[in-house]
Amino acid sequence: MRFRKVSLLSAVAFVVSTGVAFAQGQTLTIATVNNADMIIMQRLSPKWEQATGNKLNWVVLEENVLRQRATTDIATKGGQFDIITIGSYEAPIWGKQSWLLPVDDLGADYDYADIIPSVKSGLSYNGKLYAVPFYAESSFTFYRKDLFDQAGIKMADKPTYDQIAEYAAKLTDKSKEQYGFCQRGKPGWGENMAFVGPMVNAFGGRWFNEKWEPQLTTEPWKNAINYYVKNMREYGPPGATANGHNENRALFATGHCAMWVDATSAAGYIYNPKESQVADKTAFAPAPVEVTSNGSGWFWAWSLGIPASTKKADAAKSFVKWATSKDYITLVGTEAGWVSAPPGTRKSTYDNPEYQKAAPFAKVVYESIANADLTKPTKDPVPYIGIQYVAIPEFQGIGTVVGQQIAAALAGQSTVDQALDSAQRSTERTMKQAGYPK
Amino acid sequence: MHPKTRDKLIYTLVGWLAAGVIFFPIFWMVLTSFKTEVEAIATPPKLFFTPTLENYVTVRERADYVHFALNSIIISVGATFLATLIAVPAAYAMAFFPGKRTKDLLLWMLSTKMMPAVGVLIPIYLLFRDTGAIDTRWGLIVVYTLMNLPIVVWMLYTFFKEVPKDILEAGRMDGAKPKQEVWMLLMPLSLPGIASTALLSIILCWNEAFWSLNLTTSQAAPLTTFIASFSAPEGLFWAKLSAASTIAIAPILVFGWMSQRQLVRGLTFGAVK
Repeated sequence: MRFRKVSLLSAVAFVVSTGVAFAQGQTLTIATVNNADMIIMQRLSPKWEQATGNKLNWVVLEENVLRQRATTDIATKGGQFDIITIGSYEAPIWGKQSWLLPVDDLGADYDYADIIPSVKSGLSYNGKLYAVPFYAESSFTFYRKDLFDQAGIKMADKPTYDQIAEYAAKLTDKSKEQYGFCQRGKPGWGENMAFVGPMVNAFGGRWFNEKWEPQLTTEPWKNAINYYVKNMREYGPPGATANGHNENRALFATGHCAMWVDATSAAGYIYNPKESQVADKTAFAPAPVEVTSNGSGWFWAWSLGIPASTKKADAAKSFVKWATSKDYITLVGTEAGWVSAPPGTRKSTYDNPEYQKAAPFAKVVYESIANADLTKPTKDPVPYIGIQYVAIPEFQGIGTVVGQQIAAALAGQSTVDQALDSAQRSTERTMKQAGYPK
Repeated sequence: MHPKTRDKLIYTLVGWLAAGVIFFPIFWMVLTSFKTEVEAIATPPKLFFTPTLENYVTVRERADYVHFALNSIIISVGATFLATLIAVPAAYAMAFFPGKRTKDLLLWMLSTKMMPAVGVLIPIYLLFRDTGAIDTRWGLIVVYTLMNLPIVVWMLYTFFKEVPKDILEAGRMDGAKPKQEVWMLLMPLSLPGIASTALLSIILCWNEAFWSLNLTTSQAAPLTTFIASFSAPEGLFWAKLSAASTIAIAPILVFGWMSQRQLVRGLTFGAVK
């Protein structure tokens, strides 16, 4: 009964509070990714449909397929989608191209001030917001409290990569299939490079200097990649070049990993006894640092954007407002449980005692996201924004090629120096073709 | 053991082994669809477990299977029909009235299959946008027809070549027009070949995922997009994806099973004279 009441109240509150005018009875096509938070949104969206008289057509696709599909449509002004799910990488690039409508006019009651500032800046271009955050994540260190206790070691409050290597050496026992250092190895700009990018930042490296010259053969890159390859080989699981987020998550959840640096959004699953055998044995620490803490934890925000080609902008704004509002977060908390509430977007979520109770990792997650400064991602100054990515259209290709080179070094097909030389040359070529320095 | 019996036994065993290797992924997919997500990723893989229908229930809740399946049927059958309609006269002309460049023409037709589809994505997308064909069944039927036409023409050409020219000439002597020749002589004579070509074309259309993902959103989306919606780079999805795949391939698997005699007959048509 309580659920119904809350739902009814939220629906009424939504109708009363919405400052956006919208036409009745329109059908919107929304493209989104297949993850737990989006599935909850799909399940709850009939409440918005009932309240507004509009209808939603869902197109659910795998992340990379969605990116290709949405880019094709939006670049050719195909007008197939009224709302699209995009990441913080696309939002500023597409905003700059005028492919998206600005969404900073959703009304005073939307409470823009409540959105975590780093998230807001990640989705803006030239001070204009081009997508509203649905959930955001940073990276941090998952570790097995029980194994640390058994080994008589204590995780540092702010661990360095050197300390992580020391712990990994003590916690690896290959005879028990227990590995100290489980990190992403599968090549791809959103796979191994999501881990490698922030690690290079922590070692003091950067993708480009202020003149947009690639820096992949500099000392910090060499130190970082040598560290990565050495520790992955000695303390990582076998066949690490095939391991992405999912594979490591499965390894960690089944008790094979002592430490794993990955998305804060995975904490809910690792804490869920239905999905994880280590739910009561896991603790969290910030992402490791080394010579700097700048850009040591990544930043990503799945967000809702409205293509400029839509003919139903008002109804689309009404939906994105609903799905990213404080009321929606409360609705998820009451209907699906507070641990499932979309994390990382609003300060009010982290002030909520119910959320704090349900998600013991909330504080570390909040700090990781709030401290992820996309405009200052490295020790030395850079001309770009983004932590584990560089917010330019060419980066998808660059990140993937560099990721392949690093995976080849990890697999022993090349040395670290050869991999970085090759990555540097390829990046130089791509940047030259793209007309940099601009 | 008699050498002949031994040989037969070895051949049978090798045949079963090959069939087992080919069928194993499908078997494993069906098995995974009855596991929980945690069991689906368990290492070492679990062969014995308590089966659950949970994944099928979730898949059914999250997407309208009938809508996708209906689109798949209409698009596959429609494209196959259209391709056959164009390919029969083309293959007839090439098989019975070959010119100097017929072989080159055939090779050129097949060469269009050698280009990666993504190379023409943007031009086709723009054409579709301007003709209002995005997310329509007819749009996908046109693309699939063009996609399969080279193979259908090639296969029909090969089958038609097996038909003795004399039979057609005899028909002509009796006053048959080209249309009657094709319809009343060639078609009945090469029916197994036409049937197996059509079957292959339906299977190719059914499994095609690039164009269906890129040219549809919701109205005309076939089962390949239905499967794609259960894949994700983050989170556990193997069991649900397996359940979605199982029900997506079920109709074509049953169809193939039922028509296997026809398919084998068609593919070996003319092999022994």
